[in-house]
Amino acid sequence: MAEIQTHEYDVIVVGAGGAGLRAAIEASAMGARTALVCKSLLGKAHTVMAEGGIAAAMGNVYSEDNWQVHFRDTMRGGKMLGNWRMAQIHAQESPDRVHELEAWGALFDRTQDGRIQQRAFGGHRYDRLAHVGDRTGLEMIRTLQQHAVHKGIDVYMECTISRLLKDGDRISGAVGYWRESGEYVAFKAKAVVLATGGTGKAFRINSNSWEYTGDGHSLAYWAGAELIDMEFIQFHPTGMVWPPSVRGILVTEGVRGEGGILTNSDGKRFMFEYISDYFRAETAETEEEADRWYGDKLNNRRTPDLLPRDEVARAIVAEVKAGRGSPHGGVFLDIASRHPADYIKRALPSMYHQFKQLADIDITAAPMEVGPTMHYTMGGVRVEPDTGAATVPGIFAAGECAGGMHGANRLGGNSLSDLVVFGRRAGIGAAEYALGLGSQPVLAEADVNAVTSELEACFGNDGGENPYAIQSDLQDAMHMLVGIIRTGAEIEEALGKIAELKARAMKAGATGGKAYNPSWHLAMDLRSLLTVAEASARAAGERTESRGGHTRNDYQETDPEWGKWNLSLSQAADGSMKLEKTPLAEMPAELATLFEEAK
Amino acid sequence: MAQADRTVSPPHKLGFLRTLRTDAWWFEPALIATFLTAFFGYLTVSAFLDGWAYEIGPYLTPVFEPKLAGSYDAWYFSPALFILWVPVGFRATCYYYRRAYYRSYLMSPPACAVGDAAPKYGGESGFPLVMQNLHRFFMYGALVFVVLLWIGAVRAFYNTEGIIEGEVAETGWGVGFGSIVLVINATLLMMYSFSCHSFRHLVGGGLSCFSCSRVNRVRKGVWDRVSAWNESHRTWAWASLIWIVFTDVYIRLVANGHITDPNTWSGF
Amino acid sequence: MAQVTLQVFRGDANGGEFVDYTVEVDEGQVVLDVVHTVQATQAADLAVRWNCKAGKCGSCSAEVNGKPLLMCMTRMSTLDVSQPISIAPIKTFPLIRDLVTDVSFNYEAASQIPAFAPCAPNADDGTYRMMQQDVERGQEFRKCIECFLCQNVCHVIRDHPENKPNFLGPRQFVHLAELEMHPLDTADRTEFIRKTGGIAYCNITKCCTEVCPESIHITDNAIIPLKERIADKYYDPFRWIFSKLTGRD
Repeated sequence: MAEIQTHEYDVIVVGAGGAGLRAAIEASAMGARTALVCKSLLGKAHTVMAEGGIAAAMGNVYSEDNWQVHFRDTMRGGKMLGNWRMAQIHAQESPDRVHELEAWGALFDRTQDGRIQQRAFGGHRYDRLAHVGDRTGLEMIRTLQQHAVHKGIDVYMECTISRLLKDGDRISGAVGYWRESGEYVAFKAKAVVLATGGTGKAFRINSNSWEYTGDGHSLAYWAGAELIDMEFIQFHPTGMVWPPSVRGILVTEGVRGEGGILTNSDGKRFMFEYISDYFRAETAETEEEADRWYGDKLNNRRTPDLLPRDEVARAIVAEVKAGRGSPHGGVFLDIASRHPADYIKRALPSMYHQFKQLADIDITAAPMEVGPTMHYTMGGVRVEPDTGAATVPGIFAAGECAGGMHGANRLGGNSLSDLVVFGRRAGIGAAEYALGLGSQPVLAEADVNAVTSELEACFGNDGGENPYAIQSDLQDAMHMLVGIIRTGAEIEEALGKIAELKARAMKAGATGGKAYNPSWHLAMDLRSLLTVAEASARAAGERTESRGGHTRNDYQETDPEWGKWNLSLSQAADGSMKLEKTPLAEMPAELATLFEEAK
Repeated sequence: MAQADRTVSPPHKLGFLRTLRTDAWWFEPALIATFLTAFFGYLTVSAFLDGWAYEIGPYLTPVFEPKLAGSYDAWYFSPALFILWVPVGFRATCYYYRRAYYRSYLMSPPACAVGDAAPKYGGESGFPLVMQNLHRFFMYGALVFVVLLWIGAVRAFYNTEGIIEGEVAETGWGVGFGSIVLVINATLLMMYSFSCHSFRHLVGGGLSCFSCSRVNRVRKGVWDRVSAWNESHRTWAWASLIWIVFTDVYIRLVANGHITDPNTWSGF
Repeated sequence: MAQVTLQVFRGDANGGEFVDYTVEVDEGQVVLDVVHTVQATQAADLAVRWNCKAGKCGSCSAEVNGKPLLMCMTRMSTLDVSQPISIAPIKTFPLIRDLVTDVSFNYEAASQIPAFAPCAPNADDGTYRMMQQDVERGQEFRKCIECFLCQNVCHVIRDHPENKPNFLGPRQFVHLAELEMHPLDTADRTEFIRKTGGIAYCNITKCCTEVCPESIHITDNAIIPLKERIADKYYDPFRWIFSKLTGRD
């Protein structure tokens, strides 16, 4: 095969959302030759869809807030399964990262005295989310994008990375293709930072963009790295449910942060019925206390409308099942009766337009219909908390495709802060690793050619399986069988279907040429989609308890014994998926006391 | 660039009126061209009709406001020309009217996503259109005119002539339909001037920090108000244009005895 | 449920043609849904750029019945489905394939803009203070999702591609306005906006504002204020004398 285009760098960053951009900025600032490679155009990554805000204990609204409180909220929100060190770094560093964004040009909403305004969100003790109306993610990605552009970082847009290659046991580079032309490209790199986001496109109803096919998870897995916590999938409680074509599009938790309430078809605020013992002490028992809480968070307890997402999502499913749902199978989210129209339009402009344009509903006059939508993958590449290093030398991961930070459930607002805190850390980690490595590892031509011939193969499958149909079948299987409520038997069935789909995916055919051919792109993405789907199903089958974003109908209790273990997945020598229980890192005593005091 | 890139993505093509639009995109520019021609055409003719009575009693048509002393007999010169360049220049360089006539007359472009008529285009970068930058100076003049028109409007409530059109009229304060027409005219022209983009810039738009001083905070308040008016600048532009034509027609009809103005002076 | 005929442009920079596809339309569907139906059932290799399908990323810009818009935010019910609906790529940028164009012009333009240059932190704790009233103008501009519909519809480069080297386009003026009005920024970009930006090419015919899916008042709030700031500096002798005499802007 002809000579393929090759570039040489110290660090390549795969994915240009918040984490990827932040990692590239840092690696470049450390003096590493850095490239940013992304599947879409720059600035289009999924981060733009984040709405509510970025969690950081700056204490601008409640001076009582500090990193310890944020740390505690994060760990408890994750049902104590998160990595304590990551949660600690995250809580300690996120205020600096927010101030840094401001110094790079971001314009957050302000308090009366000119500080960064912070809003209430699910699971957070105090008003903690820095925000820009309901388009915080857009603000963040644009700020990082403009900063990166002026730092002269090389950006390779619409370029998909298909495989990471190794020289011995360490990373030597990556191979992929240009989506525009279909031509292949190789990157020689000492270190690779994976920042590719989540896996939502394996599910039918999701709030994710097409890119969320689990690429980073799979690239790391195929290269020998470990994945953890893959059974934990966050179903955001409030996605749109009507009309069908917009089902799953996110309705920000900021609606509830601003005072919106969940009601059922009887007009009842049903969340009061679903306060679990775990959160009873910190949750309001009456509507009066809940309403007072919006104005005074020191002397009142949080409204159950803002329990962590896993709790609210399960409650909605239960209400719908009990026949108290809305006409289109969701529940009602009402902000109209809580604030004047002007206020709603100012605080939640995108939500207003989203419902107006897509559903013909005026949220300042009528309630929204909402239901759970697959939103976030807690699981990901196992990393060193301080450096983002994966278990394979040279692989680093940050953001949604890294695991451990959020445990069994992520709190709203902790994702944007995760991106910049660990994006920066992974950038430092990768740059230090790469600069310390000396000579460039060898990218073997034979390995490169092996990848390109694999990519080429599906053009030989002309008349083969339609990749769109395979993805659609996978989405149905995952949604029905490994969805918000699971059982052992259904998970077994899902694994069977995934095996069948894998076989079909091998025969998936691309029609047409190589230039910007979405059928080919999808056929390639199916490999990573199926890998992460299998990982989630295997881990979900193994964990015989319910915890956070993993609810088993056949094991409804949270089992303290399981709270000591993560599930880790890696590729065995024979290519099969190997599952291991690995012990959870033990929290130092001084942090553990935070939880005793709080009780 | 010696050989500039002239390609666009197919199926689109370059060229005047080239478009894939299937709706009646031509309607709006055609309508605006018709109205602009009719109204400005009338005002041009009116400015030269100084031989046809343009004032009566306390009323003076705003086309000839402020009234200049002296006699101008040449057909090609009218006293209105001494003054009209200010409001005409203000409108000609106005950001709204520019949009209107660039689209409807110069067809540059005639409508969005419809091919531009200009074979070569430099916008407002060269002479004469670079002169559009002088809009602010016309605006200063227009602010003077706001005062003059209000003086004219107030004067329309005070009749000094005992005999009008050969008949006895009361003198002193009063009110007529014409006075109200002139007040509306002054109001609309004032709002058109106060909603001007250059005025908005002048009062506060040029600041980058509104909160940084007491003066700036006051200017921010004014800027907020002007910004709200500015959103309707097009409406003010048309309303004031239509009304000045109406006012001129009305006063001339009264002045020439074609219709009678209902008023408290009972003389004309 | 209704049937609709889409005329989708298929081809590349060398040319192509509109191809008819007849598909079912479900309730509430947007144009992008229907294009996806075509892709999944009739034309697997139909090239279309999209990401979020929620009007937040600005990827799926196209010209539907000749009008520049986002396919994901245009409901089929707003179109006359009794007639064939044409879907073409945006005009101003070179075609890659089908509905996908090469928008790198916009990224190159963005990279030329002088970067945000903040003043030193203005609070004792080493961070910044800004008042809400000072950030609001910038916040409007930062709603921009970079769909480049304004760049596409702007006749300065749409009908006169030879102007591209001398004109950055409405999107970049919005960005420049945001930087110039940023309460912390210290740089002066008026010279850049005039010379490199080519703002004088704009004849404020407002098509950019008309097509903006984020309803940013591009012309009234960004371009005209920038033109006025340029007039302050280059076309206002009184102001020039005043600033020379007083040393103030």
